[in-house]
Parts: sequence; structure tokens; C-alpha cells
Amino acid sequence: MSSPNSAYPDIPETQTKPKRHEWPLWEVFIRGQHGMSHRHVGSLHAPDEEMAIKNARDVYTRRNEGVSIWVVEACNIAASSPSEKGPLYEPSESKVYRHPTFFDIPEEVGAM
Amino acid sequence: MYAQMVKSEAADESAEAQAFQARIDAGEKIEPKDWMPAGYRKTLIRQIGQHAHSEIVGQLPEGNWITRAPTLERKAILLAKVQDEAGHGLYLYCAAETLGVSRDELTEMLLDGRMKYSSIFNYPTLTWADMGAVGWLVDGAAIMNQVPLQRTSFGPYSRAMIRVCKEESFHQRQGYDIMMKMAQGTPEQKAMAQNALDRFWYPSLMMFGPSDADSVHSAQSMAWKIKMNTNDELRQKFVDQTVPQAEYLGLTVPDKTLKWNDEKGGYDFAEPDWAEFFEVIKGNGPCNTERLAARNKAWDDGKWVRDGLLAHAEKRNARKVAAE
Ligand SMILES: [Fe+2]
Ligand SMILES: [Fe+2]
Repeated sequence: MSSPNSAYPDIPETQTKPKRHEWPLWEVFIRGQHGMSHRHVGSLHAPDEEMAIKNARDVYTRRNEGVSIWVVEACNIAASSPSEKGPLYEPSESKVYRHPTFFDIPEEVGAM
Repeated sequence: MYAQMVKSEAADESAEAQAFQARIDAGEKIEPKDWMPAGYRKTLIRQIGQHAHSEIVGQLPEGNWITRAPTLERKAILLAKVQDEAGHGLYLYCAAETLGVSRDELTEMLLDGRMKYSSIFNYPTLTWADMGAVGWLVDGAAIMNQVPLQRTSFGPYSRAMIRVCKEESFHQRQGYDIMMKMAQGTPEQKAMAQNALDRFWYPSLMMFGPSDADSVHSAQSMAWKIKMNTNDELRQKFVDQTVPQAEYLGLTVPDKTLKWNDEKGGYDFAEPDWAEFFEVIKGNGPCNTERLAARNKAWDDGKWVRDGLLAHAEKRNARKVAAE
């Protein structure tokens, strides 16, 4: 990769200076009116959880999108890694019998 | 567009890069933790960042009229529209941040001129009719670009675009509603509407950027699916959609060469003055200085709020830890 002073000086290769103190990043989850579970809708910066909820209200519920807000500081979320995609999900691929359509039920039996 | 003339980095020929391209060709979404070529990452930061900056700076020309809206209802509508744009900027900054650039870095690059925003926001909004023209034409042009970007290869960018597009149709309709009111009003009001169209027509066409038929940068961005159509395709679509809307208003598009072309099933139209476009991009548009000064002032004036709230949060956290 080219040096930071390449033809494109605008985008830093990595953090260019010691990271200044920014408001932390929060992930926002909203539950809609129809009883579905909380759903990730986006993220925002805020100094603390109280402001994070207020900001989430201002940005993500402008058109009656929800009745409940969860915020979690992004650094507290553990996530599966994309490189584990194979080993992590492959075990379920061969287990077709976990799906109801695997079983042939005679029509006479009725809806099931 | 909101992201104009974004320089694209070259692709590399490594096996990883080829596997990456195959994923994109297969229609898979790329997520932040996935392997990606450095060029893809940098081009995206530049494009999403420029897009975000445009949403934020784009609040200024319209913010100019919030306190002078003709009725309380119009004022509330315009305020809601401008607030939406702040949200659009936020969604996009968050998408860029997943690529490893910080929010403050992005802001600083805007404030010191290393990163650009759309040329359109360097034009002044002189009358209330301009609020109509901006919603109708500028948001209209933005929609042309943002709708296909919902299918872009980078997951966070695609999701941000889906949220943005949900709100844009309100923006364009409120603008056209203002234009209808003005065009059906007194002769003076109709003249203001015509004048707004005259001033915003060519700058709106410039939003799509110069013809990119032979641009290498744009070919790479299209292969990576971070640019979905050529600038000319989108501009043509925009003209074809907008001309009948102007006719409905009883207004005249300021282009004497404008003519329906049966063969291509679209209008023939005059190119904007590209020399003017490059001047605006270079910083010499009518409002460049004012816009950047306004953003710098807001950043500087807001410093005590950012610092104060952070200090308060830290103090409270320390107390909580001590109590545990
Ligand atoms: Fe927007
Ligand atoms: Fe908009």
C-alpha cells in the first residue's frame, strides 16, 4: 500500500493521530408497535446512555417507528467473525429434517 | 451527485482481490469485518464521506429560510425536512466509520477542505421559491442517485441508503408543493418560481458530474458496485422525469435546445457550463467560503458542549465505579 502522502492524501491509512476523545459510539435497537422484537436500526455518538436514548429518539423515531429503545455501547457488543462463516453455520446445512417441509404428510390428514 | 467525481483507487490483482470481486459479482454484500482491497475501502470512505458532508452542508441553504417561512405550517415542514438531512448525514457518517475512519477525522477533513461536498450547495437561496426549487430539483436529483445505491455492495452504505430513500420522497413532494402554490399564485409569485427554476436548473444537472463515459475511475467503482449508473444515464433520467413536471407547473425550463427525441425516447438537452462547475468544485462558487465558515463556526462554538458532556459522563462513571 502507498504511503500516507500518496496521490490521495485525504484518506488516512490508519488512525493518523492519537485518537481524540470522541463521544463513544452506541448501537440503537427499536421495538415497533406490533410486538416484534427490538431490531437494530443504526448507531450514533453520545456522551452517555441517557443522551444516547434521547438522540436515538430524535433520529430514529421521527415517524412513529417505535415504542421502545435500547442502546448498547458498541464496544460492548461481541460479534461472530466473518472468517468463521463456514465452521459456524455449516453444521445446520446438512440437517434438512429441522424444516417442517422435510416430512410428507398425506393430504387426508388436513392442515398441519 | 451528492458524491461527485470521487476518485477511485485501482484494483489489485491478488487472488484475494479476485475472490472479493467474485463475491460482488454474485451479488453478495460486503460487511465491515470482511476482507476488502485497500482501494475499495479508501474509495468508499471518500464517497460516503462526501455524501455525508453534502447532507450536512445541504442544511445551510434551506436553514436560511426557516425563520422566514411564509406560514407557521410551512416553517414546521421546512424544519422537519432540514432535520431529516441531519439524520441522513448521521447515517452516512456511521456507515463510513465502519471502515475505520473516525467521526472527528471526517469532520476535520471537511472543515479544512481535504474532502468535498456537492457543488449544488454553493449556490445561494435568494427567495422563498428557492425552497420549492431545492426540494423539487435538488432532492429530486439526489433520489435519482440514491435509489440505485440501495443495492450497493457495501452493507452499511446500502442500509443507510434504504433509510434515506424512505424520507426523500417527503422532501421532493414538499418542494413541488411549494412550486405549485407559487406557480398558481399572483404573477409576481409565478415569476419568482420561474426565476428559481432558471437559477437551479443547470446547477442541478451538474450534480450528476461531468460525462464519465471514458473515465477509468468510474469503471472501477462500477465494477465494485459502489457506483451503479453512469453520470449521463442518471442525468438523462432526471431530465426526462423533470421536464413534464415543469410543464405541469406552467414554467419553462431555461434551455432553448430542449427537445423530445422520439428515437432515443428521451429529451435532447443542453449541457451545463462545465467550466463553472470546475470553478465551484475548486472553491470559487458563490457561497463556498460562507458554507465552510458556517461549518467551522458551528464546530468551534460546539466544542464546550462536546467537552462538557463528556466530562460530566466521565465524572458520573467514576462515581459509579467507586460505589461498586
Ligand atoms: Fe438527504
Ligand atoms: Fe433530502
